[in-house]
Amino acid sequence: MTTLHLKNIVKRYKSHTVLDDLSLDVADGERLVLFGPSGSGKTVLLRLVAGVIEPDEGRVLIGGEDMTDVDAEHRGVGMAFQNFALFPHMSAFDNIASPLTATRSSKDAIAAGVQKVAKLLKIDHVLSHHPKALSNGQKQRTALARALVGSPPLLLLDDPLRNVDAKLRFEMRLELPRLLAAQGATVVYVTQDYKEAMALGDRIAVMSQGRIRQIGTPQQIYNAPADIEIARLFGDPTINLLDVTPQKGGEGVFVELSNVRVRLADYDGDVSGKSCVLGLRPETIVFVDASAPGAIPVTVEAETPLNEKTVTLAMTARGREILVSRPAGTPGPVAGPAHIAVNGAQAFLFDKASGRLLPRVDRESKRNGEAA
Amino acid sequence: MDTTSPLERILRAVALTLVVVFFMFPIFWIFLMSFQTNETILSIPPSIVFSPTLSNYAALITGKLQTAAGTLDIAFMRNLGNSIFLSVTSVAVALVLGVPAAYAFARHKFKGSEDIAFTLLSFRFAPPLLVLLPLTQYFQWLGLSNTYFGLIWVYQLICLPLILWIVRGYFEDISADVEYAYRIAGHSWFATFRKIALPLAGPGIAAAGLLAFIFAWNNFVFALVLASADKQPVTVGALAFITSSGIQYGQIASAIVLSVTPTLALALYAQRYLVEGLSLGAVKG
Repeated sequence: MTTLHLKNIVKRYKSHTVLDDLSLDVADGERLVLFGPSGSGKTVLLRLVAGVIEPDEGRVLIGGEDMTDVDAEHRGVGMAFQNFALFPHMSAFDNIASPLTATRSSKDAIAAGVQKVAKLLKIDHVLSHHPKALSNGQKQRTALARALVGSPPLLLLDDPLRNVDAKLRFEMRLELPRLLAAQGATVVYVTQDYKEAMALGDRIAVMSQGRIRQIGTPQQIYNAPADIEIARLFGDPTINLLDVTPQKGGEGVFVELSNVRVRLADYDGDVSGKSCVLGLRPETIVFVDASAPGAIPVTVEAETPLNEKTVTLAMTARGREILVSRPAGTPGPVAGPAHIAVNGAQAFLFDKASGRLLPRVDRESKRNGEAA
Repeated sequence: MDTTSPLERILRAVALTLVVVFFMFPIFWIFLMSFQTNETILSIPPSIVFSPTLSNYAALITGKLQTAAGTLDIAFMRNLGNSIFLSVTSVAVALVLGVPAAYAFARHKFKGSEDIAFTLLSFRFAPPLLVLLPLTQYFQWLGLSNTYFGLIWVYQLICLPLILWIVRGYFEDISADVEYAYRIAGHSWFATFRKIALPLAGPGIAAAGLLAFIFAWNNFVFALVLASADKQPVTVGALAFITSSGIQYGQIASAIVLSVTPTLALALYAQRYLVEGLSLGAVKG
């Protein structure tokens, strides 16, 4: 275990700034997920930490020691690459053994170390194969084994599940936390999949355009996304975003959806009259009877049954599309007119101009709503 | 493939045969000539039926050439030895210098690296005659004319750019991540170069080496001007067969057969590397 501190990192490629004054602290033994769309600089950041890319500005500290000018081979980190980066001319055994041969361990110690990690990852039966003869899943496990075998205090995993099929990805998503916990290493994990991020991260750092936009626990980010973009990236189906102008009424702030007032309990009068975007998670919307209080008339356009949930596309009277998600197997309208109810207490308000989450009045938002 | 009609197949076979005959016939004819005496070669009409003789080969190997004007000494076997020595040493030197340079050009984009690489390539654009005269002068001042050292140096003009540019492409094809992975595993850059880059580019290096060998072997003009009789390779040595008493076609033919054999053998041996080298790019990760 060790700590990782990045201080004011800047990395440019020609005139393009890939990392823009980025700072990040990872605690001892923490699993931090770097999450963001492709091109946001996650991989570059990871390589900077590994030492194969040098920052133009800023310092990299591992375990409190300044490693900025230290060569990759002396940083003592383990890394798994998205494209596996196995050595094609070496057997799986030699691939996994490569971090051990560097330290000139004895043959027996190397063999024992490789066997142990190979057993853990269930690839001990293919150790004599060359990468060409391995399945994608086996390649991925070999790459992971190579990163783990030296028990590095800092483990960098660059989207290791990206290039494996959905079934394997699901399996590994369950298996990885156990594996990583057994290693006891500090982990920086890069992914583009928000489910992976939520499943694996103690904290998630959301990156976009070379900056960290928000950092927090998975729940904090899901329940209080710092801006519209983050809200959109987290959640499947995607969050509903509706242009609204909140108003102040007798019992507090409300917005009107198809002439039905929805009270926003978490917001105060500051937001009234402002151009806003209302964020509604599809799972917070329910189908109700026409007579229910706050029922909004909609037309059901299409229904998509997914494995564990059913997603319905509904259209409001003003022609705005709304996604509604409910657990699979529960009854709901299939087509034609229907009514939905919106839980105002679970809605987000974003400033339309800046895209940022507007501060809520309750205690929680004061802690969570801040971006890093 | 099922759609090809019989006619198409026949036409294709005929076309292929024509191409093969066009390219192979001269070699075949030379091969036949090497077993004939000058009289049979020059008889009209030429005949495929003849009584083969080894006299041409015997003359080459013993170094005694019987002509109408008497016995001539020829240094063909020495020329052949020179060719082998010059080509092998030149390619070896070019590999030792060129492969690390190719790696540097492939992996490190430093200021002016493209310009330097291109300058080295441009040596191959210029016709050799362009540099020959100044080179001869320099070599005389430096005392390098008519030395193996000087010849091997000049041969680098042929071998080095070739190896540099071909091998560079092979290094560039190796995913940088594979090398990064080895570095992160705790190995120095030099170990990475030796254990990862070199083996992975191996087939490409073999292919480039072979090509450079053929070019060095076939070189004529540098050796003609810069070397005297005892240092000359076969390409220049073959001139000795144009004697005062006529052109020795039979000996020329057998000399060609002998001088083609090493490159042919090398090419056949290295063929699988060439194929492997070309298909390496398909294996990722």
